[in-house]
Amino acid sequence: MPDQLIFAMEVTLNGLLNGVMYALVALGFVLIFKASGIFNYAQGVMALFAAMTLVGIQQGRVPFGHLINEIFGTDIHYFGWEVPALAAILLTALVMIGFAILAQRFVFRHLVGQEPIILFMATIGLAYFLEGVSDLMWGSEIRNLDVGLPQGINDSIDAVTFNLFGYGFFIDNLDITAAIVATVLVAGLIAFAQYTKQGRAMRAVADDHQAALSVGIKLNYVWVLVWSLAGIVALVAGIMWGSKSGVQFSLSLIALKALPVLMLGGFTSIPGAIIGGLIIGVGEALFEFAIGPMIGGATENWFAYVLALVFLVFRPQGLFGEKIIERV
Amino acid sequence: MLDAGQQGYTTADGRRIGGVVMEMRNITLRFGGVVAIKDISFDIREGEIRAIIGPNGAGKSSMLNVISGFYHPQEGEMIYRGARRPPMKPYQVARQGIARTFQNIALFEGMTVLDNVMTGRLNHMKASILDQAFWWGRAQREEVENRKRAEEVIDFLEIQHIRKTPVGRLPYGLKKRVELARALVSEPKILLLDEPMAGMNVEEKEDMSRFILDVNDEFGTTIVLIEHDMGVVMDLSDRVVVMDYGKKIGDGTPAEVRANQEVIDAYLGVSHD
Repeated sequence: MPDQLIFAMEVTLNGLLNGVMYALVALGFVLIFKASGIFNYAQGVMALFAAMTLVGIQQGRVPFGHLINEIFGTDIHYFGWEVPALAAILLTALVMIGFAILAQRFVFRHLVGQEPIILFMATIGLAYFLEGVSDLMWGSEIRNLDVGLPQGINDSIDAVTFNLFGYGFFIDNLDITAAIVATVLVAGLIAFAQYTKQGRAMRAVADDHQAALSVGIKLNYVWVLVWSLAGIVALVAGIMWGSKSGVQFSLSLIALKALPVLMLGGFTSIPGAIIGGLIIGVGEALFEFAIGPMIGGATENWFAYVLALVFLVFRPQGLFGEKIIERV
Repeated sequence: MLDAGQQGYTTADGRRIGGVVMEMRNITLRFGGVVAIKDISFDIREGEIRAIIGPNGAGKSSMLNVISGFYHPQEGEMIYRGARRPPMKPYQVARQGIARTFQNIALFEGMTVLDNVMTGRLNHMKASILDQAFWWGRAQREEVENRKRAEEVIDFLEIQHIRKTPVGRLPYGLKKRVELARALVSEPKILLLDEPMAGMNVEEKEDMSRFILDVNDEFGTTIVLIEHDMGVVMDLSDRVVVMDYGKKIGDGTPAEVRANQEVIDAYLGVSHD
């Protein structure tokens, strides 16, 4: 087999796994958009906040430590204990649920029935607010996130491919873990939406508010539920991205990577978010591999957006989005 | 007016009509300067088919929206099952056992017929979110039970053949029937139907009339319905409220209402000379 083809296979595989990471972020957007028609600009910041909180809890940091020290002239930073990873993740999930309740109670409850653009603006406000809270609570230094996920080269894939092709593929264990976690998460979300009472209520609210009210569904409750789920998805995305490249402000920018994924997959489809993520992951990896060297490289920065633009021209509702039919 | 006390009475065709289940007292509803409902009072008895009729813009739908909590009247009070009802949100009204359909059909278009009907059972499911998330025994048992009830209603309304079809693909007449199924499956104390036969052809109207009578007969459901078609109303209902320009101009059995001069004027028009 020619070397180029083998390299291309490795690049594709890595692209697929990267795509899963994009899909994880896109998923949070889809959940909220489907149920409430809100494009949640804050999704990326939610991932950052979740990852920061997770690190903070794990290391036993005092929340708002800096602020407390400033006001009272004290010098406390740590509680002096360390929380095991799993417990810290559960606690962080609770914090995200608390955030969902507060966001609904103080922001979105007052904006029911408003234009989508107003709701969008509200999420922009929420994003900057949450960014500030995150800084104030945990500081803005770059932190290392380690919840014990396997990292580094996967030896068995390396060995198997070496035997087959005489060239070992470099696949990161973290990427494989992310792919497995994402698959379980998506399967779980779909099952939840399809077969449970709350899931049915969620789909009902997404479809028609008035009809949902008439069968006795409390809209507020469903929205809190949806924001909580989006918060937990943000937490998972935060863990994966944070383990990969550290927890820092730029984590919130992964939201921008989710945009082209959403344009491809459609804003309203959970499977669409996954497929969209995979296409972008593979597309940008292969493009960089094949065309990149000819035009100076660094094509990952813009390839996804160009692909999304092409899609916008030919299929504006995305691959799986609901078809837009306007009756005249 | 029928002379029947709180004990109720039995109709000519042998149906049992009970005491007053809901009473509207001096309801007034305004939108800004427009008075949609003006000082209207009437009652609804258990097990009866109560119609509200009137020309376009008479305030019939507004009345239904008041009962189902979508609108809140500025004046008057509602007595539901012996107690004054405080202002309520639509979902709270639904949880009290008042189900409704809409004039312009409000179904979950992306969901199947069965799923739509199942949403009508949501308030009968008590399992917690944790039970649900992990699909523990209780959640599973409930799903099976409620699914059975849903299937019964689907059979009853003869929509088995479209159970798995997304509602968005159904023709108008069937959508109306699915909406009725969703309301009915919640086992409501009072069923509110907003123009259940609007836009239907004669055959569909006959079908729908039959279903409404069957529902009332079989389950003893109290039904309040709004309808344009005088003929249909007169055949279906036990008692009729007639509205015109937000005011009540008649209330009684179909025969009484038909003989009421004010009602005749409102429907046929009267010369102002």
